[in-house]
Amino acid sequence: MSQTLKILIADDETPARNRMRDLLGDIEHVTVVAEAKNGKEAIDLAQTTMPDVMLLDIRMPVMDGIEAAQHAQKLEPKPYIIFTTAFDAYAIKAFDLNAIDYLLKPIRLERLQIAINKAHALKPLPLDALKPLQKMRSHLSIHERGRVLLVSIETIIYLRAELKYITVRTAEREYLVEESLTSLETEFGERFIRLHRNCLVAPQFIAGYEKRTIDEESLWVAMFKEIPETVAISRRQQYLVKQT
Amino acid sequence: MRKNSRLPNLHNLGIHLRILLIVNLLAVMAAILLSKQLGEFFTLLAQISALVQPIILLSMLGLYALYPVLNKLKYWQGALVIVLLEITFTYLVFIFIYHYFAFDTIPEIGRACLLSAIVTGIVLYYFYLQERAYSPAIAEARLQALQARIRPHFLFNSINAVLSLIRSQPKRAETALEDMADLFRVLMSENRDLVPLAQEIGLCHQYLDLEKLRLEERLKITWQIDDMPSDAMIPPLIMQPLLENAVYHGIEPMPEGGEIIVKIYTKLKELNIVINNPYAPQNDRHNGNKMALKNIEERLKLHFDLESSLKTSTKNSRYEVHIRIPEKI
Repeated sequence: MSQTLKILIADDETPARNRMRDLLGDIEHVTVVAEAKNGKEAIDLAQTTMPDVMLLDIRMPVMDGIEAAQHAQKLEPKPYIIFTTAFDAYAIKAFDLNAIDYLLKPIRLERLQIAINKAHALKPLPLDALKPLQKMRSHLSIHERGRVLLVSIETIIYLRAELKYITVRTAEREYLVEESLTSLETEFGERFIRLHRNCLVAPQFIAGYEKRTIDEESLWVAMFKEIPETVAISRRQQYLVKQT
Repeated sequence: MRKNSRLPNLHNLGIHLRILLIVNLLAVMAAILLSKQLGEFFTLLAQISALVQPIILLSMLGLYALYPVLNKLKYWQGALVIVLLEITFTYLVFIFIYHYFAFDTIPEIGRACLLSAIVTGIVLYYFYLQERAYSPAIAEARLQALQARIRPHFLFNSINAVLSLIRSQPKRAETALEDMADLFRVLMSENRDLVPLAQEIGLCHQYLDLEKLRLEERLKITWQIDDMPSDAMIPPLIMQPLLENAVYHGIEPMPEGGEIIVKIYTKLKELNIVINNPYAPQNDRHNGNKMALKNIEERLKLHFDLESSLKTSTKNSRYEVHIRIPEKI
């Protein structure tokens, strides 16, 4: 293989990135196209640099490597993922079981070489194996006009199930994701409450409640701090209004 | 290291608290045995207390004062002196009460002295057993088991950081490896004796220098230790694991890093060590944190018994550990 492999390095520690760059400098036919300080930066940079290989540290602030790898599956072309870690017994066990590539820090040149060589034979990342390692995603990744947008969970005001999609509402705008409301509720249950059969709401954005009459039927709606829209509260959930 | 004497430390508040508890418990038992109904029980307990409390008070003061002398004797001599002392105290209290208050239920003086000797024997035996449970050999073994362990995460990341320096900054790599050697020498040391506070602070500096290598400007430390007594004695590796926690849970999960504040001061003859770090609950990882805290708490207990305390609190997204130990110089 004479074609040059484009590599993205993601690690929150500068010395670790330097070391990786040094080692990659000793390997032929590779070039480092981007360096990221966390998973979110890695996904953002990957969109413009289109790396063939992403070297992801597992423990990073903002977004860890496990989550970044999952979002990276939406990138086009799909990069080959190699995890790096100093010590994470739980993750290493899962990687071994599912033949996921990883490198232990301090990284040896030979090991790195072998892992990079394997990258030529692209194989899909077993996403199911990563699921148990992921506690709660920090971001939702949204495919939009050929780009992958990352929306921080903390900025989401509500999630509403439409026909086939979920509408994700932040203070700025709306996004559409292809996920199920039930699985989102299981994953982010700590953060959202279900105000209606089709709607999960982050309570800290709620400004107040109001009784409205729509179609001669009176019902409670929740109003929000930064957006004009309201969310109807189903009868079953009205006790939540009374609690406040 | 403890001396050969097995007498309890009579300058320790916790010991006196236990004496108070045991003797009063025995008094309650006596009242239960002697009384036929509930009303009688309270009368009896009041009468017994009226005799017992002055004796306890007198003995606690006496023992506190005499402890330095008693500690120089052999164990059996010390114990004998204490029994005799208690009989004397009982005798004195009885004479006093006999003279000034006309109790009609007052027991015979000889019997009271015998009871007092028995109660003293029970208390001494309790402390003997307790001392054996915490005997130097066993305490040593437990301290060894409890010896602070450094996170593998830190070790491997640090080695990786040092490796990154070797090509570009060999001088810095040298210093870092030297710091690492010092740190591990202490961590692997067999020595569990108290060390001067200044020594522990030095170790903390070396540890933090290594973390700075990895985390750079993300790691900020403020030392408020101008008033600290540098020669105060503390158990080794009390602060370093706490700083390691602060870095792992407080600094590493923050993209911009944060500030760790270390405060050390003396107040009311107690050494206060406060370590405060930023904390975001959503970033919280596995509860390895609790392990280190429990470990330190147990080591403090082995060294200071009830006289030390370790408290944690979370306020305004900052986490704080506050340790109090008696100031020993």
